[in-house]
Amino acid sequence: MTTRGTQAADGPQAALPGTPAFPEAARRAVHDPVLRANLRHATHTIRGRRARAVAELADWDRLRAAGKAIKDHTLRHLDRYLVQLEESVTAAGGTVHWAVDAAEACRIVTRLVQATGEREVVKVKSMATQEISLNEALEEAGIAAYETDLAELIVQLGHDRPSHILVPAIHRNRGEIRDLFAREMGRWGRPAPDGLGDDPRELAEAARRHLREKFLRAGVAVSGANFMVAETGTLVVFESEGNGRMCLTLPETLISVVGIEKVVPTFRDLEVFLQTLPRSSTAERMNPYTTMWTGTAGGDGPSAFHLVLLDNGRTDTLADAVGRQALRCIRCSACLNVCPVYERAGGHAYGSVYPGPIGAVLSPQLRGTGSPVDASLPFASTLCGACEEVCPVAIDIPEILVHLRERIVQGGPATREGVRVRIRPARGHAAERAALRAARLLLDHPGALRAGERLLARARRLRPRRLPGPGRAWTDSRDLPEPPEQPFRDWWAQRERQDRTPRRQDQAGTP
Amino acid sequence: MRAALFVTCVNDALHPRTGVAAVRLLERLGVEVDFPAAQSCCGQPQYNTGHRREAEPLLRRTAEAFAGHRYVVTPSGSCTAMVRGHYPRIGRLARQEGRGGRLEAYAEDLAPRVYELSEFLVDVLGVTDVGAYYPHTVAYHPSCHGLRGLGLGERPRRLLAAVKGLELVELPGAEECCGFGGTFAVKNPDVSAAMGADKAAAAAAAGAGVLCGGDTSCLVHLDGILRRTGSPVRTVHLAEILASTEEEPLV
Ligand code: SF4
Repeated sequence: MTTRGTQAADGPQAALPGTPAFPEAARRAVHDPVLRANLRHATHTIRGRRARAVAELADWDRLRAAGKAIKDHTLRHLDRYLVQLEESVTAAGGTVHWAVDAAEACRIVTRLVQATGEREVVKVKSMATQEISLNEALEEAGIAAYETDLAELIVQLGHDRPSHILVPAIHRNRGEIRDLFAREMGRWGRPAPDGLGDDPRELAEAARRHLREKFLRAGVAVSGANFMVAETGTLVVFESEGNGRMCLTLPETLISVVGIEKVVPTFRDLEVFLQTLPRSSTAERMNPYTTMWTGTAGGDGPSAFHLVLLDNGRTDTLADAVGRQALRCIRCSACLNVCPVYERAGGHAYGSVYPGPIGAVLSPQLRGTGSPVDASLPFASTLCGACEEVCPVAIDIPEILVHLRERIVQGGPATREGVRVRIRPARGHAAERAALRAARLLLDHPGALRAGERLLARARRLRPRRLPGPGRAWTDSRDLPEPPEQPFRDWWAQRERQDRTPRRQDQAGTP
Repeated sequence: MRAALFVTCVNDALHPRTGVAAVRLLERLGVEVDFPAAQSCCGQPQYNTGHRREAEPLLRRTAEAFAGHRYVVTPSGSCTAMVRGHYPRIGRLARQEGRGGRLEAYAEDLAPRVYELSEFLVDVLGVTDVGAYYPHTVAYHPSCHGLRGLGLGERPRRLLAAVKGLELVELPGAEECCGFGGTFAVKNPDVSAAMGADKAAAAAAAGAGVLCGGDTSCLVHLDGILRRTGSPVRTVHLAEILASTEEEPLV
């Protein structure tokens, strides 16, 4: 359960309990051959398909720029659009609730479910409810929450955590899923059929039958939303299995928990995202199920609609001029699928419901950099830039990573719970700071640099196979380079001393 | 034509062969090469690790060292990307944080004059066939800063394709990062080594005897992995291949 605590400087929320810093968590994944094979197969398949789907659109760059512009404009005037949204939703028969943090959002939802007298809810896959650990909060109140998205169901039945934004069970293969269904389904409802195989169709059919009885019985549904339209009060969900539409139409009460950054000004703005989101996420030209709902209508769909607007660190993020661009994210997961670090480390290593490149910049902003995992996330990247290249709203993730690294190693201003604070440099970076400072001093004095290089050249025969201390991280898996006999600047100086005119060819030999 | 060589600190200290090759190549193409001795490091390790202010004196030093030169050439994609892509930002932030506008002026002045080697050859000198000879099977690793940071595109491969005797083979997953990433290599050593091992395996599977790149740091990382695993694949910098001729072949 994530709650906002009282720490003064940074880190009002905890990371997922028991999550070590990124390098340790990643080490386990790197050395798990099944997990690595699952991840590699899945990310490479979707990566190729996305590239083809995007290449079909001649105006991709303009769509991308338009998406960025719409989001930036909305974020700049977020206060205005949220008030407009509240008015539109209310006028359409819905009720709007404001939640400053995860705890408040969970309290509101729990209270709303209890008011209906129901003991169970069906859920549409939603990052926001994952972020606030809603299922756990409901469970504490004696309410069972059933995930209806196939991959979320797999995660839930496995008492597991999602490891991907779009494909939460990406780390599982078919055989593992079959075993899970056979073992767990019966405990929660209709059991899996005897002799269940691992064919995807068969697995999907078992899930469909298991879920159908839940849909038909449920009085309350809980969802998130991909977009909210300020001018009409319309909410939009993109999904590909149809389970979401069942949840959004069958139950009497619908509760949607949505991050405040999901608003767009007009209905027409959806035109852009209807094109960019499906292609970026599932590599589809058009989304299989796009469901839109606006308040309530007599005799059609839910008769009660509640919208819980979630802040949970978003206004703090908005206060940061560099970091705020992360709020443009439309959760397509394209950046995860191209990230070479995510591919090897797996989603769990990021210690958050937001893994991969976007998680590495979003989690430390929403939660603060107080925990070991949050302080390690901005360093979980080689800054290769593949994420920025695919992002449909052009978020410069490498820029935010460097910005957050700076905040962690040097300290600096940040906004926590609406208050301007100064973050102290994180512990554990003092040795590095000293080393980089020493290096900088050396580099800023070429005379000393030259002496150092000569020393290195003279000691070249002493080159050890394994280094002690932090250098071990290099030599554990790589050989050290062989120091040259002579640094370049000595070679150059020697050459200068000799008569340069006429220059002989052989003077330009290898040092 | 005159050009200043920005050899970069890694090449200077660890891989002087790259700098020597760049000098030989440029002089062979009729360029008069200068080496301003006041140069050192572009400040990339400091900047990328979050120590932006530690990079400021190095920005100033680099800008002053190359003040008088119309063309600054460097055999390093990542250092070019640092100067062109990040110097202006460092300068702007320094001004915003009240440390004057000097750095910003330095950055704005230097950035457009710095060229990565293949850019300089293809765009400024207008050559793709540099008269090189290198009878080996070569795979080219474009490296992230060259590929995405600078948009070098086909330039390096066009230069390699024109080398006599050279057989260029396709590197599967070429556009993927090799896992070096500056301090990432020691901060996240397991992931870094796993990425490098995949790259090294891809080069071997492609049938390459030589893995070529335009960034020495990536090559040092990959070379360390290739050697540790006893692979017959060698790493060679692009400049070295282009400098190699029939009269003076690279061995
Ligand atoms: S950061 Fe960009 S690419 Fe990544 S999930 Fe968000 S919108 Fe998609």
